[in-house]
Amino acid sequence: MNFMTHLDLSFPAQLSLALLPDLLLMGGAMILLLWAAWRPESARHQRSVGAACLGLIVLTTIAIGWFMYRHVTATPGPIAVDRFRWIADLVLLLGTAGTIALSMDYNEREGIFAPESHVLILLATSGMMLLAAARDLMIVFLGIETMSVATYVLAGMNRRSPRSAEAAMKYFLLGAFSTAFLLYGMALVYGATGATNLSVIGDRVMRFGLTTSPLLLTGIALMLVGFGFKVAAAPFHMWAPDVYEGAPTPITGYMAAAVKAAAFAAFLRIWYEAFTPVYASWHNAVWWLAAVTMAVGNIIALRQRDLKRLLAYSSIAHAGYLLVALTVNSPAGSEAFLFYAFVYTIATMGSFAVVVALGDPGERSLNVDDYAGLWTVRPWLAVAMAVFMLALLGFPVFGGAGFFAKWYVIRAALQAPSPHWKLAVILVLTSVISAGYYLYVVMVMFMRPRVASAAIPARSRGLTGFVIAASAVLLIVLGFFPERLVRLTEGSAPYGALTVPATSSAVPLPSLPPARR
Amino acid sequence: MQIYVPLLLLIGFVALNAVGITLVSHLITRGRPNPIKEQPYESGIPPLGDARERFSVKFYMVAMLFIVFDIETVFMLPWGVYFQRLSCTTQLLASGACPRGATSFFGFGEMLVFIAILFVGFIYVWKKGALQWD
Repeated sequence: MNFMTHLDLSFPAQLSLALLPDLLLMGGAMILLLWAAWRPESARHQRSVGAACLGLIVLTTIAIGWFMYRHVTATPGPIAVDRFRWIADLVLLLGTAGTIALSMDYNEREGIFAPESHVLILLATSGMMLLAAARDLMIVFLGIETMSVATYVLAGMNRRSPRSAEAAMKYFLLGAFSTAFLLYGMALVYGATGATNLSVIGDRVMRFGLTTSPLLLTGIALMLVGFGFKVAAAPFHMWAPDVYEGAPTPITGYMAAAVKAAAFAAFLRIWYEAFTPVYASWHNAVWWLAAVTMAVGNIIALRQRDLKRLLAYSSIAHAGYLLVALTVNSPAGSEAFLFYAFVYTIATMGSFAVVVALGDPGERSLNVDDYAGLWTVRPWLAVAMAVFMLALLGFPVFGGAGFFAKWYVIRAALQAPSPHWKLAVILVLTSVISAGYYLYVVMVMFMRPRVASAAIPARSRGLTGFVIAASAVLLIVLGFFPERLVRLTEGSAPYGALTVPATSSAVPLPSLPPARR
Repeated sequence: MQIYVPLLLLIGFVALNAVGITLVSHLITRGRPNPIKEQPYESGIPPLGDARERFSVKFYMVAMLFIVFDIETVFMLPWGVYFQRLSCTTQLLASGACPRGATSFFGFGEMLVFIAILFVGFIYVWKKGALQWD
């Protein structure tokens, strides 16, 4: 039946059907919110709401699976119905499920009994899924706000901790600031092209020869700054370490994995679908953003001894690697991005799960030196952490799929119509630098003797242990069978994406006069 | 220029009103000033003092909820203006009415969804005790 596999987005009913997974998550989250408020706060209620949230995520995943299985397509509209969206959604839901599972254990330990925290995570995720789907600047903004506002609150979820409050405040101020940049950029882009729909913007830029329009270029620059803040790319990364350090650990993992992936998904789609015709103008800016981010993130991370800060800088560095995929601006780049986001999300969730498992109430002992001799007391935890560190480093075999993630990004950079070999070289060199801190963690765990006075960490709780084990196994298995994931991400370039002109300096311009609109 | 005439009229009316009220109260009252009366009126709070005063969090709560439900009303205004067009599947007639048989529940349904979402929030704050002063 045609109706079920090809949606006409101009009908409200079919538009709603195209948004089914998002609506399912939002509606379910609202019902769960009521349930969370219905009973008084308690450790048990917190766990049962968390479990229900995990169930809702499974339902949403099934809905997405149905769309992917039926190969549902749609007419161009404000919402994308394509593979890029579904894979990005799966990455986001994976990160979300991990976060909620960790939160259930973490909140119990830290005495945070608010069951809303899990529901808030779901609401943030529904904003992220909108971001992954958005093909209209207004929907992008809606998604960014839905995601950010919930995440500001989540960062300050631990009300008794002043550092958590500080993190929430900083995140809120910087987030509002960057949103202003983004919105101003969108307004200018709209002013230049008269459209908010991404493909219409791209089309009009081509047709009316707007490639040198100062209004459009200023708008793109402002949007670049806004997204730079959101994905924590240097030099817009200053907020990240403080916020990541102060926020509850599962939420830090959520911000490092899912929030970043969602912002990147929108970033990539806008730049691919709308701004490809002006590639020559923005490619240098994004190139430098990628190079600086990789260098700054990795070099500063070398000096970090607090594990959460270390992972924060590591996540900045990974934003740089993802920016390489964006700079490439080819279908291979978008596939490499999704592959990378998948692997990075698993590895990040895993490493934050280890931080949750080893942290004690009040979030002390997060220093790398507290991990000394972990191998002798909790060998499996040490092995899992080593896998995550090696995966983030991109080490072959022992780092599982982490190696292939970087490999595909580098391959996309080198096989692009205009090869970015310099960027590939920087990527490899900065990855070598990153060995300095990833391997240091591994070395401390396996080779340093355990401090005699250090207590033996408690056995990790059920869900935390499950997240750690599942992430490690998944990474290793995907390391042996990366083609499974490759086949999943294949052909997932945002549709409407134009191919980049081979020589980036000469964009073929149609000789139409700028039309009156 | 023509369209600004009502605006100018409004500005003129407001200015006249302000001057008029002050003038009339000057003319018909007898001044018996005392220190309390001389103080500027500040909703019952002592008007002088340190600006960095701590307020109970309850005030913020009420202010926040007020804004949320205020926004709801603000959204209803443009919706009301466009209601005819939203609940018509075809172009409106010249008279502004919807052709027979082309009405839909779309516009109404949209607002119902919006209010339902806000209602969820309302129940939530109620259940959480945010509306309780003590």
